[in-house]
Amino acid sequence: MQEEFVFSGFGGQGVMFAGQLLAYTAMDEGLEVTWIPSYGPEMRGGTAHCFVVISDRVIGSPLVAHPTNGIIFNKPSFDKYEPLVAKGGRLVVNTSLVTQKSLRDDIHVIEIPATDIAYEIGDQRLTNMVLLGALLRDHPILSLEALKQALEAHIPNHRRNLLEKNYQAIARGAERIYA
Amino acid sequence: MAREMLKGNVAIAEAAVRAGCEAYFGYPITPQTELLEYMSSRMVELGRVFLQAESEVAAINMVYGAACAGVQVMTSSSSPGISLMQEGLSYIAGSEVPCVIVDVMRGGPGLGNILPSQSDYFQVTKSAGHGDFHPIVLAPASVQEAIDFTMLAFELAQKYRHIVIIAADGQIGQMMEPAELPPMKDYPLPRPNWALTGANGREKNVITSLYLNADEEEAFNNRLQKKLALIRSVEQRSDEFATDDAELLVVGYGTAGRIAMSAVQLAREKGLKVGLFRPQTLYPFPEQRLSELAEQVDMCLVVEMNAGQMIEDVRLAVKDSIPVEFYGRMGGNIPMPDELLRVIERYYAYSAVLA
Repeated sequence: MQEEFVFSGFGGQGVMFAGQLLAYTAMDEGLEVTWIPSYGPEMRGGTAHCFVVISDRVIGSPLVAHPTNGIIFNKPSFDKYEPLVAKGGRLVVNTSLVTQKSLRDDIHVIEIPATDIAYEIGDQRLTNMVLLGALLRDHPILSLEALKQALEAHIPNHRRNLLEKNYQAIARGAERIYA
Repeated sequence: MAREMLKGNVAIAEAAVRAGCEAYFGYPITPQTELLEYMSSRMVELGRVFLQAESEVAAINMVYGAACAGVQVMTSSSSPGISLMQEGLSYIAGSEVPCVIVDVMRGGPGLGNILPSQSDYFQVTKSAGHGDFHPIVLAPASVQEAIDFTMLAFELAQKYRHIVIIAADGQIGQMMEPAELPPMKDYPLPRPNWALTGANGREKNVITSLYLNADEEEAFNNRLQKKLALIRSVEQRSDEFATDDAELLVVGYGTAGRIAMSAVQLAREKGLKVGLFRPQTLYPFPEQRLSELAEQVDMCLVVEMNAGQMIEDVRLAVKDSIPVEFYGRMGGNIPMPDELLRVIERYYAYSAVLA
């Protein structure tokens, strides 16, 4: 088993933390995992992204040309990664900021207005948790419960007061798919 | 010890602390800055020395001074910063004092860029400064190896009174993966008897790299070469994957090595008899094991993130007994596993014809 995830969006949307949280969850569940950020000049405008690879064996490359999952926070990220997701893979799209539709028929597309939902909960920075909830509900490679436990274990102390809202965001993301 | 999710740069810094690093001098440069940043709080918290120098030139000379005083000392930088340190590295090698240098390599030459690269293989293994010397060079391919090699670096530096360079690259520095840190070592170590600690009540120690007399300079060089010969004979380290029945041997280190492992796994899934040889020491180059493998395989394919540097050491090790081919990416581009798989398939077909 090996799954690759690219998280991509603007700086400040919680792209890096979303990937890290998935990585922590995988580690806590005893799996092999790598996380690698983009740290090049593209961080100043355009997209910031990170790659997460989860496997049950030692991981070679932390980067892949065609990840099995794309988690798309904004339009530039859609343009860049929608064509690159592996055949048979999965694309989770934040439709609050991405209006176009994927024309691919060889991937599974999950559309969710994650930033609107985050606003409803009270903080647009919860966009990342809504998307993670939607991802893991559709693809339970790791359980939502494990995700929440990892969040509690690894959230920075000065953000601990936001834990409950993060849980809400994960739950809203998860319920949306089948609503 | 539990596995923790650690970033390469941070893992190296904490490993250095646990290895007994007493003083860190450095200057920020991407992609290694998190290492310096971590040291700036961690060393101070432990009452040890952290100093951000005014330049890399200053930092390496502070390292030189501390090393002469018998202090376990370290600096870290990235390619252009290492270039600035080369004069100091030569003086340190000429004075035979121990230190640990971390080079988180980035694209070059010149200011280059901040992306991962291996284009300083020649610099760290063969031309770290003027004069006849080679540092010991360790090349981690994972965060765990970055930790283990940092611990090893302090040991080897003390054992041989020599420079040890940890040659990582931007990817190893920036990525996170689960790894285990070792327990804290006894601290501080007693000062070695050669160190400049104040000669009150004992014979004075002299540490110098200046030998004006030709015979004295030659005698010193002979001693240095004898030490390097010993290092070459006992410190070669390498890792292997699927080499048992391999017909094509991929050779790569660090980031290129771990990506090559993914490609070799893909090749094996297709039934191709391909193996991976991954040097862990770049100096000494693990020629003993590679020359053994050369008797078994039909061809070597060297993969590097440069224009072809380690390939020269591979050719020396296999002594023209088999063809040695090359695939490299430059400029901060990292080869992808499926890209390498296509290269492997091409050369595999070619090596089958040769065999």
